Amino acid sequence: MGSITLQKVSKSFGTTAVIPEIDLEIDDGEFVVFVGPSGCGKSTLLRMIAGLEDLSGGRIVIDGKDMSNEAPAKRGLSMVFQSYALYPHMSVYGNIAFPLKMDGQEKSAIDKKVKDAAHILNLTNYLDRRPGQLSGGQRQRVAIGRAIVRQPKAFLFDEPLSNLDAALRGNMRLEISDLHHQLKTTMIYVTHDQVEAMTMADKIVVLNAGRIEQVGSPLELYRSPRNVFVAGFIGSPRMNLIEGQEAAKQNATTLGVRPEHIRISKTDGAWKGTVGVTEHLGSDTFIHVQVDGVGKITVRTDGDFSTEFGQQVYLTPEPARLHRFDPNGQAI
Amino acid sequence: MATLQTRATARFMMSPAVILLFLWMIVPLVMTLYFSFLRYNLLMPGTEEFIGFLNYQYFLTDPAFFTALGNTLMLVGGTLLITVIGGILLALVLDQPFFGQGIVRLLVIAPFFVMPTVSALVWKNMLMHPVNGLFAWIARSFGFQPIDWFAELPLFSIVLIVAWQWLPFATLILLTALQSLDGEQIEAAEMDGAGAISRFIYLVLPHMSRAITVVILIQTIFLLSVFAEILVTTNGGPGIQTTNITYLIYMQALLQFDVGGASAGGIVAVILANIVAFFLIRLIGKNLER
Repeated sequence: MGSITLQKVSKSFGTTAVIPEIDLEIDDGEFVVFVGPSGCGKSTLLRMIAGLEDLSGGRIVIDGKDMSNEAPAKRGLSMVFQSYALYPHMSVYGNIAFPLKMDGQEKSAIDKKVKDAAHILNLTNYLDRRPGQLSGGQRQRVAIGRAIVRQPKAFLFDEPLSNLDAALRGNMRLEISDLHHQLKTTMIYVTHDQVEAMTMADKIVVLNAGRIEQVGSPLELYRSPRNVFVAGFIGSPRMNLIEGQEAAKQNATTLGVRPEHIRISKTDGAWKGTVGVTEHLGSDTFIHVQVDGVGKITVRTDGDFSTEFGQQVYLTPEPARLHRFDPNGQAI
Repeated sequence: MATLQTRATARFMMSPAVILLFLWMIVPLVMTLYFSFLRYNLLMPGTEEFIGFLNYQYFLTDPAFFTALGNTLMLVGGTLLITVIGGILLALVLDQPFFGQGIVRLLVIAPFFVMPTVSALVWKNMLMHPVNGLFAWIARSFGFQPIDWFAELPLFSIVLIVAWQWLPFATLILLTALQSLDGEQIEAAEMDGAGAISRFIYLVLPHMSRAITVVILIQTIFLLSVFAEILVTTNGGPGIQTTNITYLIYMQALLQFDVGGASAGGIVAVILANIVAFFLIRLIGKNLER
């Protein structure tokens, strides 16, 4: 109940190919995140699955049935939009009930389903309000409520958290993950924020310029990125990418080492450098070090480590955690 | 305007314009009010005297008054009906992407720039004329008897002409409203399984309600005083079938030279307009608050 297969799906606007050709399997009940920089085609891909964009080529198979040319409503998917797209002149109740009403269901059945959804999402006290009277997080929940009442085969989320402030975003992330465990429905989630991708996904699809760079579980992508793009995109702060002499010593064009895999010391180590800006997060400290002959390196260390601007420090990367990339940016 | 002083200065600076506008409005109104209580006929100079409410009594008990009142309401209502419904349909069409959109939009707006007298004459002589008119030619080429519009359907003909003039206005305002509708809402409704008609009823129409309200309000104000189209085409006839309140007052003043009676009619028209405005504002105020 909710497997989606993309076969050679492509999309072009005029002569520009936004998505050259994509093959992808999404299993039933999976939480899949499409992640990539803006303009990489992830939203377009989601809209093609939803049926809001036509395919230029290929097939979309949902539950074994070819849905490439079906109308959006017939595909049995529901979508949460970035702007939430709530109907402003309807109450919260009206918004959540709308898909059921369009489905021609009985009034009593609609009432029950809306109340159930409102209960799950803590909206029971707001059913009479209009979207304009709700806060951002509540609107978000109404949009999710409207999506879940239809009991779709899969949920599509189009950057749903990008309009919320940081604290609320963290909360909603948890709530959506929770919801996924409760409903066990397939979810496809589009975001440009790798933190959202890492924390929520069962499977991450990293997209760049309309191509899939790598598919895998969050830790797979973190531990063994297949190329420089994935290496630089997944992980926060970003992986240090070193080119030149230091990389050549390891028989690579580009050498990648994550900030958390570098040991910093005031007395001895492999690289000697000068401390630049230090960011104290409390639990962690990010130190930006200018290393002679290597470049700028970010180091992550525990919150108790204290340095001053301009101080001399020594860095030692963990040899087992080095990532080596060839001239084409592929991992060796 | 942050401080008391700047506010006072601002008021002082604005006062010449405000006072001039106030005089501009109040002098004619007071003069009309004054004339309406006089026996004042241009054919009998020197006999002006105060006669109390007699002018009002004559005007309000005139059988023509009720016909004119009915005609006014029919004219306003009929025109509103055609322009609002037609405007919505035209706006929906013009909102679609098609070749030559810019030029078509310009053409649709064009009737609004034609003077009322000119457009009425064009309709009278080139379209609705029972012998030379385009409509008559069309009817004849299908073997029908041509309709003599101004003799058989006089008020409807006037409504048609006025509606033709105001349709662009309604279309323009409704089109801008339509363009401000959030595309994601429509897409969400599409995914929710709403067909084109449901989307129109549940999303587009509520979204446009404010614009529709504005169209009704503004048009009503102007349509209550339609005059040129009637003067140029039917002269209020046949009989008084196309005489509205404005035209009735014109007849009193400039055909019967009864300035007193016409003034009383003018004041009655002002009161009627205010009653209509009162109900409209109450009806519409609710809509605008949201």
